[in-house]
Amino acid sequence: MARVPTSGMVEKKGISLWTTHLGLIIGILFIFFPIWLAFVASTVSQPEIVSPPMPILPGDQFFENYRKALVSGVNAPVARMLLNSAVMAIGIAVGKIVISLLSAFAIVYFRFPARRVFFWLIFLTLMLPVEVRIVPTYEVVAGFGMLNSYSGLIFPLIASATATFLFRQFFMTVPDELAEAARVDGARPMQFFVDILVPMSRTNIAALFVILFIYGWNQYLWPLLITTDPSMNTIVMGIKQMFPSGDDIADWPVIMATSILAMLPPIIVVISMQKLFIRGLIESEK
Amino acid sequence: MASVTLENIRKSFGRTEVIHGVSIDIADGEFIVIVGPSGCGKSTLLRMVAGLERVTEGEVQIGGMRVNEMEPMDRNIAMVFQNYALYPHMSVFDNMAYGLKIAKTPRPEIAERVHATAKLLQLEPFMERRPRDLSGGQRQRVAMGRAIVRKPDVFLFDEPLSNLDAKLRVQMRLEIKQLQRTLGVTSLYVTHDQVEAMTLADRMIVMNKGIADQIGRPLEVYADPQTEFVAGFIGSPPTNFLDASGFRQGLASGCKLGIRPEHVKIADPGSGMATGDVVNSEPLGGETLVHLRLGTGDFLTVRQEGAAPVPAEGKTLDVEWDTAQEMLFSSDGQRL
Repeated sequence: MARVPTSGMVEKKGISLWTTHLGLIIGILFIFFPIWLAFVASTVSQPEIVSPPMPILPGDQFFENYRKALVSGVNAPVARMLLNSAVMAIGIAVGKIVISLLSAFAIVYFRFPARRVFFWLIFLTLMLPVEVRIVPTYEVVAGFGMLNSYSGLIFPLIASATATFLFRQFFMTVPDELAEAARVDGARPMQFFVDILVPMSRTNIAALFVILFIYGWNQYLWPLLITTDPSMNTIVMGIKQMFPSGDDIADWPVIMATSILAMLPPIIVVISMQKLFIRGLIESEK
Repeated sequence: MASVTLENIRKSFGRTEVIHGVSIDIADGEFIVIVGPSGCGKSTLLRMVAGLERVTEGEVQIGGMRVNEMEPMDRNIAMVFQNYALYPHMSVFDNMAYGLKIAKTPRPEIAERVHATAKLLQLEPFMERRPRDLSGGQRQRVAMGRAIVRKPDVFLFDEPLSNLDAKLRVQMRLEIKQLQRTLGVTSLYVTHDQVEAMTLADRMIVMNKGIADQIGRPLEVYADPQTEFVAGFIGSPPTNFLDASGFRQGLASGCKLGIRPEHVKIADPGSGMATGDVVNSEPLGGETLVHLRLGTGDFLTVRQEGAAPVPAEGKTLDVEWDTAQEMLFSSDGQRL
């Protein structure tokens, strides 16, 4: 998709090529500037931030601030929060994918009583975001004693109508003959699922993984509710927890370092899975 | 190797019966072709033998054993699908080996059998490729290989050549025939192409609207069709049907007289059994098809040698035929 300046639908040369690039660069700077400020703030010392004007070039406290954030943090070490977030995000992404693959498989390939009812029930949950059902969900999780635990962070968010729906649409494009050929070859339903359907869905799985990982990583309200123990905080909510209450002084360099650290994993996931992700969105292999 | 017996097979989808009782005994090693127009139930019949479709009534036996309630794999059959149904993410080798892997065949034996089959089908250079990197003919061969490698009792073919171009179809037709002869496996082959049926079959089943109109050797079916449908479906160009009352006395009304185009000759003017105007002529080189509209309004096709003069459009011709070649059908399509 790289645009070659001398070809393409609209040919651009000279000044218009420069203005296009100028526009794009300004746009990028505009978006990037707050992130840059956060980065700068994470490399200077506390007094430098609070005395205006705010510095816009990195200081010399980079290692000091990041070491402090990772090892001790404000309430809990950021390393610990990163781990919590990673467990939660991966747990949610993997769990959602496994469950929606299985439920889509059931809905598309098996005829069982009230199949349509189940499909619409799953579909209905699309209309119920976490926030709407948060009080009863909290009650259930608390009842199971899952507060301040990974299972409490992961399980309530694991059901996914969107992913089920997506896999259902994909499975419906798989020719029936493929299932029949596998049946003639002697494959039991779960063998067909594992040996044929799942490998055929791998680009879809990759695309979903990226989306769901970021969804899990960015969860804020739910971890805020059910983790009271700082050692179970996730990083996205942990940043907010670092803000002091009352008259305490905010340790801005450490908070900013934490923000930067919180941004890195989603970026790494997107970049490393970019190729598969895009293939999953545009191509269906049959 | 096994014989196959169908005993008064019926199939209903909901309340609609689509197969109205088909019976046949298929000998071990026999090549049976099920032929008919689309929607006649030929694929459904095959799928019931495969076990992909439940039998509503009647009995399917393979090797003398009732298999109605068995899963496809337990019937020891192999099937070749119209769109090949190859597993897209597996190499040619894995496609062919999948059935054996599931059957827990030891690895060295899988490799040996797959390679022997690949050699038979000249697939050896493609073993590591994916199906999407193969041509239509090669995919077809892989689908065949997947069936052969399992050494089944029965081969089932569901219109396997209909996705290939004309030239490849003729070539693959010959190969399938030879393979079946070499392997000696009982085969059922579904097609809508009567040329495939004529050339491949030991015996053929001509299906019409869920009924087996006629079962017999291809040439017997051709020479002696039992119903008007069979006479019209088998043979190209198709049999001419004329109103029988113009040629025979004492028949019930609605009876038809069938005569094959190759049995009709152009006669000397004034001496023919019927007269008609030439609608058009199709010279095909080896033969010429002359289409006439008779005085009664019936259409009649005459097949003559390519060397004979091609009659001009609009010309009035007399035609004659040997009455021994006539086939009479009652108004409900049965042979009289």
